[in-house]
Amino acid sequence: MSEQRTQSHLKELEDEGIYVMREVAAQFERPVLLFSGGKDSIVMFHLALKAFHPGKVPFPLMHIDTGHNFPETIEFRDKLVEKYGVELIVGSVQESIDAGDVEEETGPDASRNALQTRTLLDTLKEYQVDAALGGGRRDEEKARAKERFFSHRDVFGQWDPKQQRPELWNLFNGRKNPGENFRVFPLSNWTEMDVWQYIAQEKIDIPELYFAHERKVFNRRGVWLADTDFVNRMEEERLETKTVRFRTIGDATCTGAVLSNASSMEEIIQEVAAARQTERGNRHDDKRSETAMEDRKRQGYF
Amino acid sequence: MSESNGKVKDENTDYKYLDMDLLRFTTAGSVDDGKSTLIGRLFYDSKSIFEDQMEAIEKSSKSSGEEEVNLALLTDGLKAEREQKITIDVAYRYFATPKRKFIIADTPGHTQYTRNMVTGASTADLAVILVDASKGLLTQSRRHAFISSLLRIPHLVVAVNKMDLVDYDEKVFNEIVGEFRDFAKKLNVSDITYIPISALKGDNVVDKSEHTNWYKGSTLLHHLETVKVDAAENIVDFRFPIQYVIRPNQNFRGFSGRVASGHIRPGDEITVLPSGLSSKIKEIVTRDENLDIAYPGDSVTLTIEDEIDISRGDMIVRKNNVPTVRNNFEAYVCWMNEKPMELGKQYILRHTTRTTQVFAEELVYRMNVDSLNQEEANELQLNEIGRVRLKSSQPIFFDAYQINKHTGSFIIIDKATNVTVGAGMMRAGSTVSDRSKKSKAREASPNVVWEPWNIPLEEREKRNGHKAQLIWFTGISGAGKSTIAKELERKLWDAGKQTVLLDGDQVRHGLNGDLGFSPADRTENIRRVGELARLFFEHGNIVICTFVSPYQKDREEVKRLFPEGRFQEIHITCDPKTAQERDPKGLYAKAKKGEIKGLTGFDANHEVPKNPELRIDTDSLSVEEAVEKILGLID
Ligand SMILES: Nc1nc2c(ncn2[C@@H]2O[C@H](COP(=O)(O)OP(=O)(O)O)[C@@H](O)[C@H]2O)c(=O)[nH]1
Repeated sequence: MSEQRTQSHLKELEDEGIYVMREVAAQFERPVLLFSGGKDSIVMFHLALKAFHPGKVPFPLMHIDTGHNFPETIEFRDKLVEKYGVELIVGSVQESIDAGDVEEETGPDASRNALQTRTLLDTLKEYQVDAALGGGRRDEEKARAKERFFSHRDVFGQWDPKQQRPELWNLFNGRKNPGENFRVFPLSNWTEMDVWQYIAQEKIDIPELYFAHERKVFNRRGVWLADTDFVNRMEEERLETKTVRFRTIGDATCTGAVLSNASSMEEIIQEVAAARQTERGNRHDDKRSETAMEDRKRQGYF
Repeated sequence: MSESNGKVKDENTDYKYLDMDLLRFTTAGSVDDGKSTLIGRLFYDSKSIFEDQMEAIEKSSKSSGEEEVNLALLTDGLKAEREQKITIDVAYRYFATPKRKFIIADTPGHTQYTRNMVTGASTADLAVILVDASKGLLTQSRRHAFISSLLRIPHLVVAVNKMDLVDYDEKVFNEIVGEFRDFAKKLNVSDITYIPISALKGDNVVDKSEHTNWYKGSTLLHHLETVKVDAAENIVDFRFPIQYVIRPNQNFRGFSGRVASGHIRPGDEITVLPSGLSSKIKEIVTRDENLDIAYPGDSVTLTIEDEIDISRGDMIVRKNNVPTVRNNFEAYVCWMNEKPMELGKQYILRHTTRTTQVFAEELVYRMNVDSLNQEEANELQLNEIGRVRLKSSQPIFFDAYQINKHTGSFIIIDKATNVTVGAGMMRAGSTVSDRSKKSKAREASPNVVWEPWNIPLEEREKRNGHKAQLIWFTGISGAGKSTIAKELERKLWDAGKQTVLLDGDQVRHGLNGDLGFSPADRTENIRRVGELARLFFEHGNIVICTFVSPYQKDREEVKRLFPEGRFQEIHITCDPKTAQERDPKGLYAKAKKGEIKGLTGFDANHEVPKNPELRIDTDSLSVEEAVEKILGLID
């Protein structure tokens, strides 16, 4: 009996992701899938479609909208929601600001990225969410390397790196006390390269922003930022028209573009393979301090 | 800062990564053995470090006053650890070469060690154990090896590090290897590779060292790239724990999960646990297409022919290959919480997708992970490992951890805090014959201690590709036992199975030559045959026994020697007249003439089995048909 075959790494990651999706649906009462419109959350949604086929995805998408998104992102999100008939919950940072819950940052580096945390926690609470699926990957950043698939959050939505539950085999423990919740990361074991290869393999639609296009940008401390209404450009920051693309899609105020001619999936994958920078390297928000990400995670960031 | 332009191409940027496979490995070492440096070195030399990461660690190294760039910083995660300069938890790292993608479970080497290493080892195909050449083999290295073997990691690499500090001396290396080998004899690890390295200088990590010409083996990375991964997978026993039921409308009811082991095809006969109801697989559904076969690891949705109530925590298995179903079992438990394990206290058990309550009945012993001695104890503390007898409120469906990691592992959860407090690896329930079950004769030699077989049954079964079984034919002379048995054995043998056929006449020629046909002798005859069959069974064979075996009691005694589900009783029967006509050995003729007395089926009774696995009436079935039916029982 030779019932053996070699397993490709993408297949294994997909099987694992689907397994995690189903565990979430089975172990929790009100899960949501955090959807940013970026490639990781798109892949996550793709796995959810696979996990529950021929049924529908049994949980809503939740988008924390900073109000500073690229219009392409919102358009993409709305089309996807319509196509697959899923429910969409939007948490608005603008509303948190208007309600006086958070204060808008000022100055040239002003970003709503940090403010998202509050809106995220409030929206999770409002909908009594007990598990939020996030697209975080362990390869993204040092602080994520120890993150579990099932990451426990206390009643304040906070993460304590020292009090994490051991996670063995594929036995995920999602038990919790009232008021506590979980963040779950089905893409934990994926790298940026895996995500791109998977998108190519599965022919998944992603926003145009990921492909090379011409755009007005300016350079701030080594990062190319797009010229949008949301960013305060300084006098000396000259606008230039460049062929760029985005490696991650987040808030327009802090997501840097890379100069690139990669306009097809193949070219993107070649570029990722050749890249000498991590994708978060272009994120302005991580550059603030050496442990910026870790500090934000503790407070309940994605 | 540099910009990528998508046009650069070197060996590392090939787009052909698509069909790589995946190796998950864990690294273990005591503090300062050089584990972080080694991982940094693997990343650095395999060009898996990004510029911004490199800049960040350069900055860090400088600010803490170090001269050289400290590769170890690359893997030190959280702030607190960086300040204390120790790592405190399992961290996962990723890198890929054109050959393979790697996931490293990096486990730190201080006091909370056992818990972390068990966690990291639970998903690993390979373990790299670091030994500091300048210090020699320490107790800790032994502990790492023991945990690796307990967790059944199929491949071990002993990386003898800091060879630069001992002038790359072959003797030092050989001494450590020799010592490790001696120790490893006590363990259950089949594949150990020894590599002399210097993580700091890069010798034999990615590139072959010029300083170790005496070493003819592979570099560490080359070994990691080429070691065979899937060999440890259990492809024999189909186990499908139900995760989730998909029911979008009245017409579709699918059972979703990940194949834990074995394989399945549409049309295969299955049994559902715990209900015991049987059906057939209708479809193997995925969003892409319906599959012809599902393998271990596949996330699929099964539909079945009949309407059976199935929910999360149930398990679908092959009809004639079921796991042990019990609510009391033994396991090696690693305790992971500051609060010790208490006997009799109610905990929650997660086993596959099943959740139930559990308590520890008895701590059989505590394992000293350094000396491997068994110690008496009445509680298990953090980082201790013990052999524990547990009882669950509902039965669970399990296999021994050593033959099936997925159905042989569980976690224990504290009811009050919901925290995972323990992890367990189940010992063979009744899937391996329990030698403490004595047959009568052994009571005459009570002081003989049972020594386990050198090569355990599971290993033999894995190599053979099938399970060991006992097929016991009972029935009167002339019923057709031997004819069917011979044909059956031929079929099995031709299909590549290991078989043994034991027949009454052969045994009576030698082993049982001293026995006659009195009831007492008949009983002793069957007892010896049963013991003999057990020996063959324990060596992995499908053993076919054809014995008149007229007494129910004797047959039951034999059955008791075998694990549940491994003894199949087959009653071969026919009209006594047919038997007398066939009279293959001329026995009936002799009996009629009064030359022999007490012939079963003539002037002695055959006690008909009450619940045989099969009853075959040779008046109505051909030999071929009979064999087909029996083959249905054999997996
Ligand atoms: N001479 C020498 N020193 C090494 C080697 N590998 C690691 N070290 C040093 O040993 C110390 C501990 O290394 P580290 O990687 O932090 O150990 P860990 O605690 O196992 O992660 C550091 O000072 C390293 O530079 C080696 O191969 N040779």
